Amino acid sequence: MAVRLRHRALARWRPGREIGEAIMISGLGAAFFYLFAFVAVGSAFMVIAARNPVHSVLYLILTFFNAAALFLLTGAEFLAMILLVVYVGAVAVLFLFVVMMLDVDFASMKRGALEYAPIGAVVGIILAAELLIVLAGAAFDVEKPAQTALPAPNPVVRHNTAALGDILYTDYIFFFQIAGIVLLVAMIGAIVLTLRPQRAGVKRQNMSQQVARTPETAIDVVDVETGKGI
Amino acid sequence: MDAVIASYLPIIIFLLVSAGIGAALLIAPFIVAYKDPDPEKLSAYECGFNAFDDARMKFDVRFYLVAILFIIFDLEVAFLFPWAVSFGEIGMMGFWSMMVFLTVLTVGFIYEWKKGALEWD
Repeated sequence: MAVRLRHRALARWRPGREIGEAIMISGLGAAFFYLFAFVAVGSAFMVIAARNPVHSVLYLILTFFNAAALFLLTGAEFLAMILLVVYVGAVAVLFLFVVMMLDVDFASMKRGALEYAPIGAVVGIILAAELLIVLAGAAFDVEKPAQTALPAPNPVVRHNTAALGDILYTDYIFFFQIAGIVLLVAMIGAIVLTLRPQRAGVKRQNMSQQVARTPETAIDVVDVETGKGI
Repeated sequence: MDAVIASYLPIIIFLLVSAGIGAALLIAPFIVAYKDPDPEKLSAYECGFNAFDDARMKFDVRFYLVAILFIIFDLEVAFLFPWAVSFGEIGMMGFWSMMVFLTVLTVGFIYEWKKGALEWD
């Protein structure tokens, strides 16, 4: 059923470009691409170079913005907007919280940074090599999984968000449900790790009790004798 | 593809105009405003006291819990957008797959509610 539905959606798509065909950009698009790419790389460098960790997080936000712009240039509108909403709106704030929460002496941390540079360089080189292998995968002629061969639809006919929705909940239902489980695990993990036991004797508002109060239960008329307390 | 990117031209113009206005408002005081620098104007001021402490104090970990719970439900809502847009295409299977997804997260929501993670004290 899912396959049939997807084919109905696919029928309205103009066939995409051939897989493996090089993408050439030129003109205004190229200018914007280089602008966003260079700003992204520069601000990513400033994330690790900035002295003040709060400035690092602000540079990280700039990097997110430029990454979102790069997503837009490739036509992935939905991912670009989600990057802005989730990363700039929430994850960056979380990073700021973490920076504020750690309360370590950042000046002393920076002093030892050079000792860790070789280890960092090794990790970086390994990551770069792995990325190169993945991106230049065609050269190694590894059999590509079928998912990468799915052509992107023509955005005029079926825009990006709808194209994602057409396949995400039916064809990729397994990954979608796994995402739900991962979110559940993250939620429970955050609560287990950070929730402290509730303090005893905290006065809480009880709505139903408040609303259920009547003058009869709230007011007590007491006949007080002269010269004596209640 | 080009038509889609071209539709973002108003946003570029908007960003340029707003950056121009922001820069103008930043630079204008240097030119027109009355200047009388004084070290007291730059010192920390706290309701008439001298500052007790550094402003970079430790945040309570509970802020972090609230933020991370927010992100999780933010992501849940992000999954709802494409679902709503192509609701007519994906049929019953798409509907029920989202219902299962929401049920799983509702289990987490009930857990955090019962645990008191949404209470501050």
